[in-house]
Amino acid sequence: MELQLSEEQDAFASTTRRFLAAECPTTAVRALEHEAAGFDRAVWAQGAALGGTSLLVPESLGGGCFSEHGLSDLVLAAEEMGRVLAAGPLVPVNVVAEAIAHHGSEEQHQRVLPGLLDGSAVAAWCGPAPVRATRDGESLVLSGRCSTVEAGAQADHLLVTALVDDQPTQVLLPADTPGVLVTPLDGLDLVRRFADIDISATVGPEAVVGAVGDAGPAIEHQGHIACVLQCAETVGAMDRVFEMTLEYLGDRYSFGRPLSSYQALKHRMADDKMHLESCHAIATAAARAVAQGSPDADEVVNAAKVWIGPHATELVQDCIQLHGGIGVTWEHDLHLYLRRVTVNRATYGTPEEHAERIARHLTGVTA
Amino acid sequence: MIETRATDDMEPVEDFRARARAFLEATMPPLGDGWNDRSDERRDRERELQALLWQGGFAGICFPKEYGGLGLSQEHQRAFTAESTPYDMPFSLNVPTLGILAATLVEFGTHDQKLRYLPGILRGEELWVQFLSEPSGGSDLAGCLTRADRDGDVFMLNGSKIWSSAAYASDYAMCLARTNWDVPKHRGLTMFIMKIHQPGVTVEQIRQVDGTLEFCQEFFDDVQIPASDVVGEIDDGWTVASRLLVHERLAVGGGSPYTSGASFGHDGSGTDTTILDAAQEAGTTRDPHVRQLLAEAHVRQMVGGQLVKRVTEGMASGALPPPAGSVIKLFGATNVMRRSEIGLEIAGAGVVAWPADSPGVAGDLGRASLSRQGVSLGGGSNEIQRNIIRERLLGRPREAAADRDIPYRDVRRGGSAS
Ligand SMILES: Cc1cc2nc3c(=O)[nH]c(=O)nc-3n(C[C@H](O)[C@H](O)[C@H](O)COP(=O)(O)OP(=O)(O)OC[C@H]3O[C@@H](n4cnc5c(N)ncnc54)[C@H](O)[C@@H]3O)c2cc1C
Repeated sequence: MELQLSEEQDAFASTTRRFLAAECPTTAVRALEHEAAGFDRAVWAQGAALGGTSLLVPESLGGGCFSEHGLSDLVLAAEEMGRVLAAGPLVPVNVVAEAIAHHGSEEQHQRVLPGLLDGSAVAAWCGPAPVRATRDGESLVLSGRCSTVEAGAQADHLLVTALVDDQPTQVLLPADTPGVLVTPLDGLDLVRRFADIDISATVGPEAVVGAVGDAGPAIEHQGHIACVLQCAETVGAMDRVFEMTLEYLGDRYSFGRPLSSYQALKHRMADDKMHLESCHAIATAAARAVAQGSPDADEVVNAAKVWIGPHATELVQDCIQLHGGIGVTWEHDLHLYLRRVTVNRATYGTPEEHAERIARHLTGVTA
Repeated sequence: MIETRATDDMEPVEDFRARARAFLEATMPPLGDGWNDRSDERRDRERELQALLWQGGFAGICFPKEYGGLGLSQEHQRAFTAESTPYDMPFSLNVPTLGILAATLVEFGTHDQKLRYLPGILRGEELWVQFLSEPSGGSDLAGCLTRADRDGDVFMLNGSKIWSSAAYASDYAMCLARTNWDVPKHRGLTMFIMKIHQPGVTVEQIRQVDGTLEFCQEFFDDVQIPASDVVGEIDDGWTVASRLLVHERLAVGGGSPYTSGASFGHDGSGTDTTILDAAQEAGTTRDPHVRQLLAEAHVRQMVGGQLVKRVTEGMASGALPPPAGSVIKLFGATNVMRRSEIGLEIAGAGVVAWPADSPGVAGDLGRASLSRQGVSLGGGSNEIQRNIIRERLLGRPREAAADRDIPYRDVRRGGSAS
């Protein structure tokens, strides 16, 4: 998180923190484990009322934000959610709301935005990987699979990338479109749900978001927003795990001394602190770069994904080690954090995929 | 106190940047080979480069106006640094002279000391070094054994300092010495300004692994220092030394407001050509594994730059306490270690042997790896930075110490402390 926030941002962050502490403790995460949706729609709607789904949408369409860029505000919520592992489709709903608000038709605005903004509806972002599309008069015939789509089975709307005449195009489908088959998946995180979506459907021109063949930059921007929010969430989780561990090492004794007084452990915590700060630094830089539309946004986002993913899992695993046996129990919350950061590491691009993008930029050649 | 952000009474940052760009282009030579040399010729060259900055009105951007500086903010300094990357700059003057010693003088010097010493530094006429470490130990800095005995208006120094980089070619030092043996170790130290080339000071050069002779050891034999050259209070040298170390961690980490232009290749831009060149030389830029390594090296530079920015801004605004400087010092050092490892992996067998006098990029990476731990030792070792982060930044128990609250003359010392 930025070390200095504006007054409004500070107020937003603390309201969010209070709300999450009251409504989304980790006991709530455990209680949702066997719920198909993986989140509580009533709590989600309350979060939406606080601004959790409207910050990337312009005021004229019912949204609005506190600072110059809504993304700078939204990362504060993402980080707070990471600290408590709050359940809910923050990334997909915000990415789709932003896309529809900025590229959708008036009809799409009216049909989709109110539900996303008040939290009564959910959208899934099916990512940059395209399905095939052929033209049939005015209509498009879509076929293909979108794999591991976050909140795919909970969504009312699906934002799908398709290649029309080899050009990237986005279509917005109601989830109950005939020919759309959603298969919920089991997974590592107790509450974050993913689904595979098989599409074999014909859709009319009203489904297209923006112009046919013109969605390349928008899709890249959506990917950036997804990564920025995810990185903020991961850093929030790391921060909380580090804090818990620091406290634990002070309270627990061996050989008549607190564990925190042993130099071998002190040095581990110092290294973890250094990595935590470095993750904060690059996550903040990525959020700024994307919010401000800097020319180096792609590079900084890639760097954040390369850096944060493995350092997050390493830090949480190290903190588990420092907790001793209790760290590998179901009872302790640490595994909930480990699940989340492990999942985040590998969604919206693995560190290796993002590293490859950096290498392409550095070397000017492909592998 | 230095302003982090430009205030209304200052020249707007973008105007300053434009002026700096024009000046640099017209005046400074382009960055070529040899900027990283540790030779005497190079050092003289850097004095000249600093003089060019002074003549052009761009020396000491964040130094107070009354002592020859420009009195501008850190934003101005960063703008200047960013503009300066294509040019040859007085890199080694930045650390330690400007970023550490001049910075400490700004903080603790008397008005007279600042008037007397700062303009000469900014003109490039005087190089300064630190006389802190001793043969008996560097980590336990407050345990130093060099003694200073008062005799009227002068102090007489006796003892020895070591590992002082380039002292033989420098002009002044800040020297920490013990003035009181009857109090616990932190309370009996005093910091002095010492003219290096004067009667009673013998400087010997020490050969380093890369063959250079930059390291020095000094022997003091009744060296006389006027009492007017005490920095801070007598017996309160630890306060001065502690702040000096904070400046050092910032400067070595790349976050000092007192430097002009990049120091040690830290420019925050994240470009790194050497490792990429090695991959190109080896013909492996399409190898998927090499590509992952290239990306990691580059990302490390980028993250390092962002971390420096975060920590220096946080320290300046008070959001982070001074010991946070150890975070960037440690990060910088571990980055060097890992990037050196990446360099060796990419250079492969190229580090083993080369045609006479042509080590190539691979040979250079191999040779550089020999002294890579220097960065993890100089300015306080990684282990000491970790102690500081844990104890002062995270505020948890201090290490057990056998010398606390004991008059220093009664403290046990190791075998090499004769
Ligand atoms: C390139 C370079 C430039 C330098 N320039 C200067 C200079 O200009 N002026 C100057 O005064 N000095 C300079 N130094 C010296 C430097 O500050 C010391 O080398 C450093 O502080 C370590 O001191 P030492 O060498 O005596 O090692 P020691 O203090 O003997 O330490 C040996 C090892 O023990 C570890 N250790 C010591 N105490 C502890 C502890 N409490 N907990 C855990 N581990 C510990 C250290 O980390 C180190 O690994 C320079 C060093 C280098 C490498």
